[in-house]
Amino acid sequence: MPWTKKDLLGLEYLTPDEIELVLDTAESFKEVSTREIKKVPALRGKTAVNLFYEPSTRTRVSFEVAAKRLSADVINISVENSSVRKGETLIDTGKNIQALKADIIIMRHNCSGAANILARSLDISVVNAGDGWHEHPTQALLDIFTLREKIGKISGLHVAIVGDIAHSRVARSNIWGLTKLGAQVTLCAPEMLIPPGIETTGVKISSNIDEVLKSADAVNVLRMQFERDENTAFPEQLDYFKKFGITEERLAKAKKDIVVMHPGPINRGIEMSSGVADGGNSVILEQVTNGIAVRMAVLFLVSQAKEAKQ
Amino acid sequence: MKEKVKILDQECIGRVIMRIAHEIIERNKGGAGLCVIGIRNRGVYIAQRIAACIKQIEGMDVATGALDITLYRDDLALATGQPLVRKTEIDFDINDKNLILVDDVLYTGRTIRAALDALIDFGRPKSIQLAVLVDRGHRELPIRADFVGKNIPTSKKESVEVYLNESDGSDEVLIAEKE
Amino acid sequence: MSILIKNGRVIDPANKIDAVLDIFIQDNKISRVAQNIQAQAEAVIDASNKIVAPGIVDMHVHLREPGREDKETIASATAAAAKGGVTTVLAMPNTQPAMDCVENIQLLQGIINKDALINVLVCGTITKERLGKELSDSIALKKNGAIAISDDGASVENEELMLEALKRAKQAGILTICHSEDKKLSGKGVVNLGFVSTRLGLRGISNESEYTRIIRDIELAEKCAASVHIAHVSCRESVEIIAAAKKRKVKITCETAPHYFALTDEDIIDYDTNMKINPPLRTKQDVSAIKTGLKNMVIDVIASDHAPHTENEKDIEFDRAEFGKIGLESGLAVSIMELIDKNILSWQELVSSLALNPAKILGINKGTLTVGADADVIVIDAGKEFILDKKSIVSKSKNSPFIGRKVKGLVEYTIYNGKIIYKS
Repeated sequence: MPWTKKDLLGLEYLTPDEIELVLDTAESFKEVSTREIKKVPALRGKTAVNLFYEPSTRTRVSFEVAAKRLSADVINISVENSSVRKGETLIDTGKNIQALKADIIIMRHNCSGAANILARSLDISVVNAGDGWHEHPTQALLDIFTLREKIGKISGLHVAIVGDIAHSRVARSNIWGLTKLGAQVTLCAPEMLIPPGIETTGVKISSNIDEVLKSADAVNVLRMQFERDENTAFPEQLDYFKKFGITEERLAKAKKDIVVMHPGPINRGIEMSSGVADGGNSVILEQVTNGIAVRMAVLFLVSQAKEAKQ
Repeated sequence: MKEKVKILDQECIGRVIMRIAHEIIERNKGGAGLCVIGIRNRGVYIAQRIAACIKQIEGMDVATGALDITLYRDDLALATGQPLVRKTEIDFDINDKNLILVDDVLYTGRTIRAALDALIDFGRPKSIQLAVLVDRGHRELPIRADFVGKNIPTSKKESVEVYLNESDGSDEVLIAEKE
Repeated sequence: MSILIKNGRVIDPANKIDAVLDIFIQDNKISRVAQNIQAQAEAVIDASNKIVAPGIVDMHVHLREPGREDKETIASATAAAAKGGVTTVLAMPNTQPAMDCVENIQLLQGIINKDALINVLVCGTITKERLGKELSDSIALKKNGAIAISDDGASVENEELMLEALKRAKQAGILTICHSEDKKLSGKGVVNLGFVSTRLGLRGISNESEYTRIIRDIELAEKCAASVHIAHVSCRESVEIIAAAKKRKVKITCETAPHYFALTDEDIIDYDTNMKINPPLRTKQDVSAIKTGLKNMVIDVIASDHAPHTENEKDIEFDRAEFGKIGLESGLAVSIMELIDKNILSWQELVSSLALNPAKILGINKGTLTVGADADVIVIDAGKEFILDKKSIVSKSKNSPFIGRKVKGLVEYTIYNGKIIYKS
């Protein structure tokens, strides 16, 4: 089954086959990073633009490394972005980048749907590197890739996602991806951090982390940002750690080989203890490594789809 | 597609691969320092068979690997059907080895060009020698094979189809006229 | 000028008429309504197989002039209205400057007198600059032609001030129109709160933010026995609350808009900002409650809430785009498709909601084909299906959520004040 989409906007928009294709392709790309010369000429002569409206070192660097290992040229643009200051519109910025004959825009934006709006206004590829609370597809793809690599399959797995689901694009993308591939997902968070109607996607909801950990094959721990939104109620930090923090004591009662994931950067002692972050169940650094392979696969596939259309 | 003509059958393929193995050993004065790398897909199976023959003759294991050249193709930007990227598996050091690169059919030479570029990224072999099951001519690049199973003069209108047990359930080489 | 409209299916709910009749118009008035009228007319319209109805009275329209002539002008909006079969509009006061004093109303009246193709009525503000701090002089506004007051776009947050406003409005004999929204609850929301807001990752606006404020506005109206009209009702709880208030004889009327019975939040596909409206598009259950409310006459009026915005204000991130959509040209067609074709309302009921009821609420002699009434008449080809094309939009702004959608019901003639002002 070929890849036909010029953009990657979110996992909601992908079929299970398309998700599998990205994962399979990423598997082939993973080997490239193990070579002495970590570079292939697949995107030689292509230009990828990292267009970041939100500061993010990890994701930007990961995309940059991925693009460079494919021999693409990478340009980084960070846009100072405040709702007060009115500058060039998003679409105008996109069209200017397109006029530079760039081939791919990798965009991080604080507004949900920004990547969708850009993608439908441009002929060149748009890869969503996180938009508001909406989606962060490559993060979920690398999470799922890591799980598949560790456990062998996704279908039938029980995956817990713990933390601020309501304000998390990582959670949303993971929910779409995991449920499409047949995993059972349980969201574990204080009630105020569960967004309305989320059970429509087929996930279960729990506020008892110990109960959830008993049957979970993997737990994806989200980063907690307590300072985020003055209008939204947030749990008290210590109270949160007490009720939902992933600790060695909690893990001791979980399945022995439970896979512990975190999209980073970790708040040690807030959503998980240091012992867990550095412990044997943690695959947090493998996620970072796999992120390169997954992003190489995505950049390769979207640029191939665009070629095929021309 | 018109009628297909069988050029090689199972027995012939077996003999041809054994002969190539003998030639490789002869040229390289034994099996020491050899490695065999096949180009995905069918080159990999031929490479494994060559390695098995060398073991039979010399009684020694020869490192074998698989190379996917998709990312090195010069027509990647023009490809109509989307190429599937498959795994490259070379889990040994190719530096200072006599590397036998194996493919099923040698035609324009562009695949071999891509393979040579890919191999150079893995290290600096002492030599790279090319072994193919079929050479059908019509080279577009200055490339030739060191070991050829069978030379089959063809026209560009014809296609050469290689079937191997490992991937196709039978061993045969057919030649057919394109529409 | 005299016009004879022959053989149309005449819908006139004021006189309970639904029959094939002729209408003779002379000297700007309805002169005769009867079968087979034999009269010499300067224009004869063959309305066979067409609907003939009083012109639409749209009591919720943003004309943007003065101040934002880049979005819409009195001239462009009234041309759009004529195309949509609308012959009277009530202009919302959130212009720049706002209609909060006599001078501003006189300024607007001047533009209307010069540019308006149809009847444009003026709505004043409840408070100065619509800030909810200091009351406008409703008596003076009324004296200078304002027919209602509203802070549309905002609710008067201060309860005592709102009560005082209602008391004075009652004294002035002017209708108060409430934009019932508790901003503390709706906050920075941009779409309906529910699975759709979750899926899109957008902040949600709850039903509660609307209906709790309706409860308050009804209580205040009840307290001082003033009449209030609730603007753009969008959710099921609001319908229930208004039904209950009407039962206990509170002097309350309300309106909904075509998008609240034609669209749901699930129609917000690919972050289409033309679907960003306040109150937001709600759920299927809300749509069904709105339809039932129209059928049961809990909801009196269908008004467009025509809210033009330029592409610069819409073709951007969803969070940053302006709220609102245009609706003067599509309101009738969408209503026919959703309410007549789906057997929710009869033609008489639909025409009541679009013309008769708003005219009654505003206290104007419109919305009827009674002999002697103003000759505002429309002829509709109700069976005509068409795809709403962006290029066909007359309004200066093109922010319609119905672009590219099939609608049904084409206005063939719009007659305003005895003259044909639009012909398809």
